[in-house]
Amino acid sequence: MDDKVKYYLEIADNALILSYRLSENSSKGPFLEEDLACTNIALDLIGQAESLYNEAAKLNGKGQSGDDLAYRRSERDYFNTILVEQPNKDFAYIMVRQFFVDVFNYYFHTELSKSRDKYLAAVATKALKEATYHIRRSAEWMLRFGNGTEESNRRAQDAIDELWKYTGELFNASEADLNLRESGVSIDLKEVQSHWNLKVNEVLYLAHLKKPNNEFQLPGGKNGIHSEYMGLILTEMQYLPSKYPDAIW
Amino acid sequence: MQSTENQGKLWEVFIQAKPGQPFKHAGSIHAYDKEMAIENARDVYTRRNEGIALWVVPSDAIVAVTASEASSFFTPAHDKVYRHPTFYDLPDGVKQM
Repeated sequence: MDDKVKYYLEIADNALILSYRLSENSSKGPFLEEDLACTNIALDLIGQAESLYNEAAKLNGKGQSGDDLAYRRSERDYFNTILVEQPNKDFAYIMVRQFFVDVFNYYFHTELSKSRDKYLAAVATKALKEATYHIRRSAEWMLRFGNGTEESNRRAQDAIDELWKYTGELFNASEADLNLRESGVSIDLKEVQSHWNLKVNEVLYLAHLKKPNNEFQLPGGKNGIHSEYMGLILTEMQYLPSKYPDAIW
Repeated sequence: MQSTENQGKLWEVFIQAKPGQPFKHAGSIHAYDKEMAIENARDVYTRRNEGIALWVVPSDAIVAVTASEASSFFTPAHDKVYRHPTFYDLPDGVKQM
């Protein structure tokens, strides 16, 4: 696979699968306002993914559409991080997962908007505006959880402890990513990581939540190796296009 | 019906559609604090370009006339047409009045 197509797919898959998880929460939010807020973010992410899939399909030159890329690949051909496929165990899990990804997206898109690939830069510039709002929301939820009740603090800490091992992968550059460095298409994830660490440390400190000491990390998604949840997501997500291949809106 | 006790306070949402125009009441939302209130208001009421500015006000900070008091408050104005500026012709240049 072309490096550029792979790089596009890594970014798009991360957005698509997280938006899928968020939209699963539709009608199940703790209350109406939060329900809408989660699905609004899901919509932002789907928009980002769609732009990238459409362009990746063109670059790929195999006559596929953006939808084909989104819905007609097998598990090993998805390159999202394992973090975004983690289930909506409770609201704390949803928001902690979101917080980790929002902080990443904010600094990632800040860098990516300087990419020499004009298309990526344009998508990133638009995504950055959305990410600026997302990070504000999820960071405030961290403070609310951490400084709320004993139970809210405990649940947020549980989610942090459980999800921490999937955060490192956000900063692992894939082969395609590294190959695109010299041409200035891809961006330096080390840079993103140092910003991410600072921001996450700051928010967790203010929220009286603890950063786990355990440095063990479980990567794989960017190489198509996923957790057990990915297959279940795809089974449900791809049901309609598999069963009715010609279905249109 | 789920209990509303854990949804936070009630807040009223006001949206300004364009610069210079008055803020209009759009509806209400639940939230625990100011930050959450303004964000919930944004997510519920302004995702389709409804406005350029937003106010949220705790509902219990609003002093209101109740329906039972309405007659003593408003009825005395009914038969005093001279209080309305309807006997003047508006200059053409005036867009909003």
